[in-house]
This record gives sequence, structure tokens and C-alpha cells, in this order.
Amino acid sequence: MSSRRIFARPARFAAIAPYVWMVLFFLVPFGFVLKISLSQTAIAQPPYEPVFALTAGWEALTAAFAALSIDNFKLLASDDIYVFAYVRSLTVALTATALLLLIGYPIAYGMARLPKRWQAVAMVLVIVPFWTSFLIRIYAWINILQHDGLLNQILLALHLVSQPVVWLSTDSAMYIGIVYSYLPFMILPLYATLAKMEPVLEEAASDLGAPPWQVFWLVTFPLSLPGVGAGVLLCFIPIVGEFVIPDLLAGSNSLMIGQTLWLEFFTNKDWPVASAAAIVLLAVLLVPLLLYERLQKRQLEQGR
Amino acid sequence: MRKVSRLSRFNIASLALGLAFLYLPILILVIYSFNASRLVTVWGGWSLRWYHEFFNDRAMIEAAWMSVRVAASSATIATLLGTLAAVALSRGERFRGRTLFSGMLYAPLVMPEVITGLSLLLLFVALNAERGFWTVTIAHTTLTMCFVAVVVQSRLGSLDRSLEEAAMDLGCNPVRAFVAVTLPLIAPAIVAGWMLAFTLSLDDLVIASFTTGPGSATLPIRIYSEVRLGVKPEINAICTLVIALIAVVIVIASLASKLSSSQGESAAPL
Repeated sequence: MSSRRIFARPARFAAIAPYVWMVLFFLVPFGFVLKISLSQTAIAQPPYEPVFALTAGWEALTAAFAALSIDNFKLLASDDIYVFAYVRSLTVALTATALLLLIGYPIAYGMARLPKRWQAVAMVLVIVPFWTSFLIRIYAWINILQHDGLLNQILLALHLVSQPVVWLSTDSAMYIGIVYSYLPFMILPLYATLAKMEPVLEEAASDLGAPPWQVFWLVTFPLSLPGVGAGVLLCFIPIVGEFVIPDLLAGSNSLMIGQTLWLEFFTNKDWPVASAAAIVLLAVLLVPLLLYERLQKRQLEQGR
Repeated sequence: MRKVSRLSRFNIASLALGLAFLYLPILILVIYSFNASRLVTVWGGWSLRWYHEFFNDRAMIEAAWMSVRVAASSATIATLLGTLAAVALSRGERFRGRTLFSGMLYAPLVMPEVITGLSLLLLFVALNAERGFWTVTIAHTTLTMCFVAVVVQSRLGSLDRSLEEAAMDLGCNPVRAFVAVTLPLIAPAIVAGWMLAFTLSLDDLVIASFTTGPGSATLPIRIYSEVRLGVKPEINAICTLVIALIAVVIVIASLASKLSSSQGESAAPL
């Protein structure tokens, strides 16, 4: 179609403004993170010593490259605090993602089995909390989980416990907060694939004599794998860098990497180390980020 | 018979439990915001005391006003840029740097906010820009235009291209065809995109903390510093007000998309 091609050219011009914006405010800033991660720490304003300036010419540049310091990265690798923070971030993200899959799957499955009219309603109901501020949702849980909060009051009234249980500042509180905040991110992609699935396939399997668990494990689950993949990535990647939820709900004895980065930056004012921590975090997440981008692209192309 | 048996008791139970899990904490928060007691956990009867307290808290009001201003301006710029990006990606076919472009648009959707916030702050410091309203607005625009692009792009993808082609066969130039035919058809998605950008900006704590300067804290930053010091009933009232504001935004968004999508296709609610 020639008309389609005529349309394509002005459409390409539409890319200019957002392209320039993203290069300026998304790509270039990473250059600065990289540069500062390779700088020496200094007590100054801004608190880092620039190690090279692009305006100084080629010779200065090569000299500067020779003087680049990877001390910050060495520090990250040798200091137990950082190593533990990365390990803890990954463990927390893996555990929370597994919990989310376990809790989100039956909900998404129930949604996909609703009559068509009710499916739309259920979807809106799942999305609405996502529109509500996540800080408010975490705060709601602080209300419930605190020492004389609602949860302990109910447990005491039911005589399930004899004295208040410590919920706040524990890992369980943190997992509740993370699962609560990220649940819509898990349910929606799962629901999208489950709703598209032909119910005939499950019926055929059960007609052929498969018990329900076998129908699920051999037919439903394998067919829902694209949704599982999208949901897992959509939750795992941001949870690794999570800062606010562990800060407000978990204890302070073991930090996640997002918290360490925040502390280095705002409390210790060690910008180079914070930048190096960000670079390493990005490197850790590069594989799942690229996987997510590929999944997203494929889904958009299929939806066309 | 078949239809009934498809929805098992297990399905209903998991749905009910799931929705209760999602809504009960928020409901409890809203109820306790009307609590007369100073203790957050003891019920002292209904009262508007904490709302009164909030409206007399100058710092909080200023932070709320700052948040609304940032959200409105960043959502507007983000909707402009995000719509352009969506048009380029779904109608522009191949162009130089398309892969990089779509990569840059998808990455901020999932990238941990600490990284985005840190990198933007380092840019602003290097540019020697004074941090405050504009730096937060720029940061929020960068994040939210990606969401707008995704919402608008999915609407453009489901649109029948022959409508645009028909307009051009009838003598419209491409720009005219876009304005007269495509734009009204994707208007619901653009409205939904603006609303999403607005609420995301209103909600953001991490990126705002990195990119704002002294004296220009947004509402989440103020709430966060209060919450860290302990639970205060006033926060319940503020949170309820924010929830109410967002509810109004959602209702307007859904009404707008219902009104303008006359051909029965509704915009994605996300």
C-alpha cells in the first residue's frame, strides 16, 4: 500500500522530540553515573573529584583514562556490607516473586473463568489499587501490623495468641508489603494469557480422563508460560532495587541494595560509591531487563 | 451446565480472598482517618479532627500543592511526547535508531527507581541546574511518557488502518488525516495516558527525592518523613484525601473514554 508508506514519513518525524528527550534525560545521565562511579571520593561540593574533562583535548583524555579509578568497584566487591546487600536483594526478590506467582495465579485463573462481563469488572477492581499511591498502601499496612494494630487485636480477641506478636520491622512484614504492592503486576499479565486460552483444551484433557491437577499441570500451566514470564520479570526487576518497602517495614539489620545506595548517597554523601553501586545493580539486572524488553516487543507485535 | 462448572468453588474463593486482600487495608485506613482518638488504634468515635489538622498544616498543604503542580505539568508534557513516540513506533515503520528508541521507552517502565533518580540527579548537578519544581517535572516527564507511549501505542495497534488510508485516498495529506481521523479515535487512550501520568507523578517518592531541592518537597516526600517517625492520625486523613482525588481522576478518565469511544471499543483501563 503506497498510502501507508506516505503516512510513515511524517510519523517518523514524530519521533524527533521524544527521541531527543529520552537521549537527553535517560541515556546521557547514565554516562554521568558511569563517569562518577570512576571518580575519586572527595569532600567537596559536588562531593566528587572529576577525573576527566572532555574539553581538555585528546592527550588530557588519554592521561585521564590512565588515571581512572576502579577503587569504588573494588570497595563494593571487598566490603561485606555491599556483597550481602546484593545477595539479600536477589534472595528477597526471588522469594517475593515466587510468593506473588503462588498468590496471583489462582486469582488470575479465577478472573479468566468469570463470565465475560464480569471479567472486565474484575480487571478494573484489580487495577484500581494500583492507581492508589503505593506509599499509602504501605502505610495502611503499618497501621495494621503495628504492635497494638488491628492484626494483633484480632489475634488477641480470638485467643490465638496470648500477647501481641511483633510484626513490624520483620521480614514477614516486608514480604506482605511487597506482595501487596506488586500483586496487580503479577495478576494482569497472567490473566491476559489465561483469558485468551481455549477452554476446549482443558475440557478435552478432562474428557480423556485426566484428573484436575493433571489438566492444570500438563495443559493450563504450560500454555500460560508467556504470562508467567512477563509477570515474573515485571515483579522481579523492580523488587531487586526496592527501597521504600524494606525501609518502612523490614528491620534495619540487613539492608537491600536500594537502601545501601540511598544511604551512601544521602547520609554518607559518597556519590562515587553510590554510582558504582548503581552500575553494578544495573549490570545484575541487564539480563532480565533485556528479556522483558523482548517479551514486550513480541506481545505488541502480536497484538497488531 | 458447562459454564457453571467452569467457575469452581476454588475459583470463587481465590477471587474473593484476593480482592479482600487488595481492598481491606485501604478500607481500614479510610475508616480510621475519621477516628476521633489520638491513638491510631483505639476507636474514639467519628470525627473530622485530622482533616482539620491537615488543612492547618502549612508545610503539608504546600507539599500537596507542589505535587499537584508537578503532576499536572509533567503529565501534560509526557502526554505530548508519549503520543508522538507511540505514533512514530506504530506508524513510522522502520527508521534509524528505532531499536534504541523503543529500548529507551521500555527500560524506565521496569528499571528500579533508585537508578533513574540517581542518574538524573547527577545530570542536573553536572548541568549546575537549580533543583526544584522544574527538575522534578523533567524527571517525572521522562518516566511517565513511557507509560503514555505504551497506552497510546496499544490503542493505535488495535485501530483499523484503512480508515487513515481512506482519508488519504479522499485527498487528505497524512498530517490532516492524522488530525481528522486518527486523533479522535485515539483520544480516549490519550486521556487515559494523561491520567495515568498524573497519578504516577503524584505517587512518586524515590525519583522526586533525588531530583528535588531544599524547600520544594512533594507530598510523598513529606508523608514519608512523617511515617518514618511513627504513625500519626493526620497521615490517615491525608492518605484518604489522596485516595479520593485519585478516585475522582479515575471516574473522569473512564467517563471520558466512554464518551469519546462511540464505536464501542473502550480504551485499556491501564
